[in-house]
Parts: sequence; C-alpha cells; structure tokens
Amino acid sequence: MTNVAEAAPVPSQNQPRARTSLRGLFAQTEIDYRLFGMLVALAVILLTFNILSGGKFFQPTNMVTLAVQASGVAIIATGMVLVIVSRNIDLSVGSVVGVIAMTYALLMTDLMPNVLGMGPDFPFRWVIALAMGVGLGAAIGALQGFIIAYVGVPAFIVTLGGLLSIRGVVWYLSSGAAVSGLDKNFQLIGGGALGSIGGTLTWILGVLACFPIIALLIQGRRRRRRYGFPVRPVWAETLLGIVGCAAAIGVAAFANANFWPKGLAAKYAAEHGITAPAGGLQISTGFPYPIMLLIGVTLIMTWMATRRRFGRYVFAYGGNPDAAELGGINTRWTILKTYVLMGVLCAIAAAISAARLNGATLDVGTGYELYVITAAVVGGTSFAGGIGTIPGAVLGAFVMQSLAYGLSFMGVNSPGQNVVAGIVLIVAVGLDTLNRRRGS
Amino acid sequence: MSVQPTPAMTEHPPVASRTPLVEMRNINVAFGGVHAVRDVTIDLYAGEVVGLVGGNGAGKSTLMRVLSGARPADSGEIWVDGTKVTIANPRDAKAIKIETIYQTLALADNIDAPANLFLGRELVTTLGTLDDSAMEDATRKVMGRLNPNFSRFKQPVRSLSGGQRQAVAIARAVHFNARILIMDEPTAALGPAETEQVRELIRQLKREGIGIFLISHDIHDVYDLSERISVMYHGQLVGTVNKSEVTSDDVLAMIIMGKAPGEVTEREMATLHQ
Repeated sequence: MTNVAEAAPVPSQNQPRARTSLRGLFAQTEIDYRLFGMLVALAVILLTFNILSGGKFFQPTNMVTLAVQASGVAIIATGMVLVIVSRNIDLSVGSVVGVIAMTYALLMTDLMPNVLGMGPDFPFRWVIALAMGVGLGAAIGALQGFIIAYVGVPAFIVTLGGLLSIRGVVWYLSSGAAVSGLDKNFQLIGGGALGSIGGTLTWILGVLACFPIIALLIQGRRRRRRYGFPVRPVWAETLLGIVGCAAAIGVAAFANANFWPKGLAAKYAAEHGITAPAGGLQISTGFPYPIMLLIGVTLIMTWMATRRRFGRYVFAYGGNPDAAELGGINTRWTILKTYVLMGVLCAIAAAISAARLNGATLDVGTGYELYVITAAVVGGTSFAGGIGTIPGAVLGAFVMQSLAYGLSFMGVNSPGQNVVAGIVLIVAVGLDTLNRRRGS
Repeated sequence: MSVQPTPAMTEHPPVASRTPLVEMRNINVAFGGVHAVRDVTIDLYAGEVVGLVGGNGAGKSTLMRVLSGARPADSGEIWVDGTKVTIANPRDAKAIKIETIYQTLALADNIDAPANLFLGRELVTTLGTLDDSAMEDATRKVMGRLNPNFSRFKQPVRSLSGGQRQAVAIARAVHFNARILIMDEPTAALGPAETEQVRELIRQLKREGIGIFLISHDIHDVYDLSERISVMYHGQLVGTVNKSEVTSDDVLAMIIMGKAPGEVTEREMATLHQ
C-alpha cells in the first residue's frame, strides 16, 4: 500500500492544480459532475416533499415502495441508453413488457399445469417461466433489431409498429381477459415483505459492497501507476472510498429500517412460537428482490457499456456511424444486439410487474416507452447519439418516480403528475442543451 | 514553354523485376447510371508514393474506397504481392495491412484518442474486457513519435485540433504496421505547420518501405512527395507518369484536359496559363 500511496505523482500537463474550487474537486476526484448533479436533484426533490408533507415522506416504507415502483422502468432504461446512444429508438418496450407479462401469467396458470405437465409442485417452475419469458423477449428484440439493422427500416417505424401490433397480441393471448394466480415463488420477484432478502443479508451486502469499491480504486491506481499515467491525489482516492462505503452501508441501514407489516409479523411470531415484545415483533425486510434485480442489471449493463467491446462499438457508432463502419466494426450486428438486450430487459421488468400484480392484465406496461425514454434522457442521454450513461438513466428513472410518488403523496392526481413530468423532461433537456452550448 | 518531345507515359513499372505491392486491374464502379470509375488499372510498389490526382468527380476517391473496402468494385481484380485478393469490407482490407486515412470521416468524436486508434481492434484482458490502460500506453508510444507534444489522451477527440486529429488517424495506420497506406487529402484541413509535419511523416513512412497512395487536390503536394503520378479524368485513367520525366505543367494539362503529355499541343499548353 505504501508504495502506491507515497510514490511521486507523475507530472502531467492536464492535471488540474486547483483543489479549492468546486470545479477542482470534480476534476481531482474525477467524479462525473452531471451524475453528481442528478444526485443533488434527487435529494432536493425528496427533501422538498419531506418538508411539504411534514416529515412523513422520507420514511423507509415510502422509499422502498418508491424504489420498487421505479425498478421496472429503470431496468429497461439501462438498455434504452444504448439504443438511443446508437441513434435509434425503441417505442415497443411497453407492449413487449405487456406480452411477456401475459405470457408469464398464462404459463403458470394454464400452459405449465395443463399442457407441459408441470403442476404447482414442479421444482423451479418460476425459473423455467422466467427463462421462457427472457427467451421470448430476446426473440422479439432480435426480430425488430434484424428489420432495423439488416433490412434498414427506421427504428422509429419498426418499433412503432411493434408498439401497436404486440399490444394487440396481448389481447389475443388471453382473449381479452385478465389472468391471475402465479407461482408462489415467482410472486416474490415483485418484492413485498416476503419478497425481500431480509435484514441480515442486507447488512452483509452493504458491508461487502465496500470491498469492490476499495478494490476498484486501488486496482485502477496500480494500473495507472504501472504505465506511468497521472493518478488522483491520495486525499481524493480516500474521499471517494469513504463516500462510496458510507453510501453502501447507509442504503443498507435505510432498507433495514423498513419492517414487516404488523399483521404478518404477528402471524410469523405465532407460527414460530416467539413471544412478541411490546409494540410488536420488528423484522427488517432489507432490500426487496426487484431492487436486487435492478442493482444486478445496472452493474452488468455498466460493465457491458464501458468494459466490453460491444459497449465501445455502440458509443463509437453513435459518435460517428461512418467511422465505426470504416473501422471494421460489424455495425449491423452491434445494433441488432442492442435490441436483443432490450427484449431481455423487458422480460425482467415484465416479471416484476406480473409478480406484483400476481397476474397480468391487458394494459401491463402501457406507457412504459414514454417513462423509459424520459428516464434515459433526463439521465443525460443525448438524442444526437454517442452520449449517455447507464447510472445516469437509473438516476433519471428515480428522479421521475420520486416526482410522481411525491405528488401523489401530496394528493396530486395522475393528470397533474403528468403535467409536471412533461415540464421536467423539457426543462432537464433544455438545461443540458444550454450547458453543452456553453461548453463547446 | 516547351512540350516534352517524347511521351513520358510509363508503359512499364519502374523496377520491372519486382512484384507490385498492389495492382488494381480493370476496376469499374457505377452509381446508378453514373460510371464513377471506368476500367482503371494502377499499381503501387513498396516504398513509393503514387500521387492520385484529378478534378472533382474524377473518381479518385471512389477508386481508393474500393481498395479500402468501403465500396466494393462492380468488376475488376485486386492483386496484393502477386496474389489475387477479395476486399469486400474494411475488415478484409485491414487484414492485409491496408490502412486508410480519410479526409473527414475517420474518427468517432465522442471517444478518446486511444479508443479511436484501436477502434474495431481493441486490446482486451484475459477476461475479455477492454484493456484501456494498455491501449493508452500504446497510443502514448506511437503519438510520441508522431506528435511529441500531444497530451490529451483522455479527452474525446472532438476537443482536438485538426492536426491532432489527423495525427491520431495516422497513428492508427502506423501502430498497425500498415504496408499499404491510402491518404485521402491528408492535409486539406490543416494549417501550414501541421501540413509540413504530415509531409515529413509521409517521407518517413516511405523510407520505412510502406507503399502510399496519396490523393490530393494540391498538385504541389503531389509533385513534391510522389515518385509516380496517376491522373484520372471523368472516371478514366489518363495515364501514370514518372515524376522525373514530366513537368508540373504536364500533370496540370492531364488533369484539366484529360490528355497525356504527348497529345497536348503547344497552343493548348499556353491556354493553361491564361
């Protein structure tokens, strides 16, 4: 450690000197200031609603519910970033979520027990159903991606057609009826007290998350040092490490401050012969499974976008399609893959929706395309192509969901929420445009 | 003003015993009804620069796009080192060490210099993830040769000057050991000092035995750097001349009138300078 920390810093022309100014702080810690701005915006929104509601809003129960509600849109938004970065669009996500949610419902209520011979006691039914849904999503994505990338029909048209026709297919699948009664295990994907990983595991995860954060910082430093590149000053590295670890443990603590509903806890106590203390048994829920899915998806998608060739090609194509083609990149295959990825992400989001509903209705996922695109764009993805980040889109989804949840908490009805959401979208992109213009 | 008494057309390559590095034979390219390249045959030897000149729409860029794989020919053959090759896309061209430096569309503006240098040929770790440090290291090495003052390895290339961007494009060819280099107007976007840098670079690459096709509007650029000059006119090859056997006026006449030196009358030559 000492040789890493105390070796002489390599001088560099573009190493900023100033450490006093805010700009200097961002430069030295190499924090993405846009991402930081989003975090501040999110905090301001949450605090404002907390003050307006007299301190009732910012409670673990509300925050966990809000996060679960945002998870589906956020998961798909991670893929929408790559689609928009590569100068395309996907309007069909809502309908794809709808058709896959209906597929899950029909599989578990009808097809599995009656046709495939998998009764309620068949092992890993939920895994099989999930695999089929993911397969269906990938197939729909591959078909749309093929038409866009290889046939050359504009993405807007192909996915607009998908939006209409796939929603129609949902109706035919169930003959217009809502379907309910999913597998018990599958329902846990939707979260709730039982669909969470529990207090102990949440604590463990929170603490474990510190190790990769510190390891990444040290490894990055070692690697840059090995090639003689400029490194961040030690204080900046330490600050990043402390903030990262504090955030991870803090979020875990917050989730653990969310407890099982009293009735469920009392029932649990009775079944296990535990004498409930005064005020009832308090069992921490910890992270719900949808949040675990979102964390996993965000990590994997970020890794794919920044550490894999696929991601590099998506961004290069978005920056300059001709350069990517002339660079020898198989651009059509790259585009097709972004749509396959969208299908897979839609299948995961559909599982969360279906599990929360314990079934599927005709309009599951309706309007998702708008929320997802809004999340990506508010999160800093540019329609000009080539610019966007996965964590930004996830934050964007949380910003929009916080607004919606907060407004409904304050008694604003759904049309009123839409008015605000629309204005926020335009303001967010407007600010970004002005910022870019000033920067260039 | 005197006209060369004998035609300076080279019926034979300069060193007849050697195999040309590249031969493009009877290449044809048509866009719809427009015959952009008509039955053109040219060749290139190792360590020489062949200037490819002609007016706008003469077909020189289209011909080079065939060699770089950006636009396959409708008919014709390409031979490299005496072996017939098929170049259907840019990957095929790069596989046989043909690198192209384009006038404009060379770089993705939103990613940094190392990412552009390795675009399509990224270095990866044993886990299959991008090895950005290794790519930056290699970029620093090659840029150290071409443009020692360059330091903006982490910035998107959007923020670089024209000369720096061109240096990144040339670094790509140098790093991947190009044997055949196509340069399409490499100095068009550059200032005088940067232009001289690129010229010096071309001389250096030539000494290293690389064969270079140099497309340029600037007759002085071409006359200064090339061994031989191929002139195109309305999609056809007017001829290929040894620089030592013609004047720059002869070349100018070929470009403007589409006639080989022996075919130009003294009166026509005089009109060039009006």
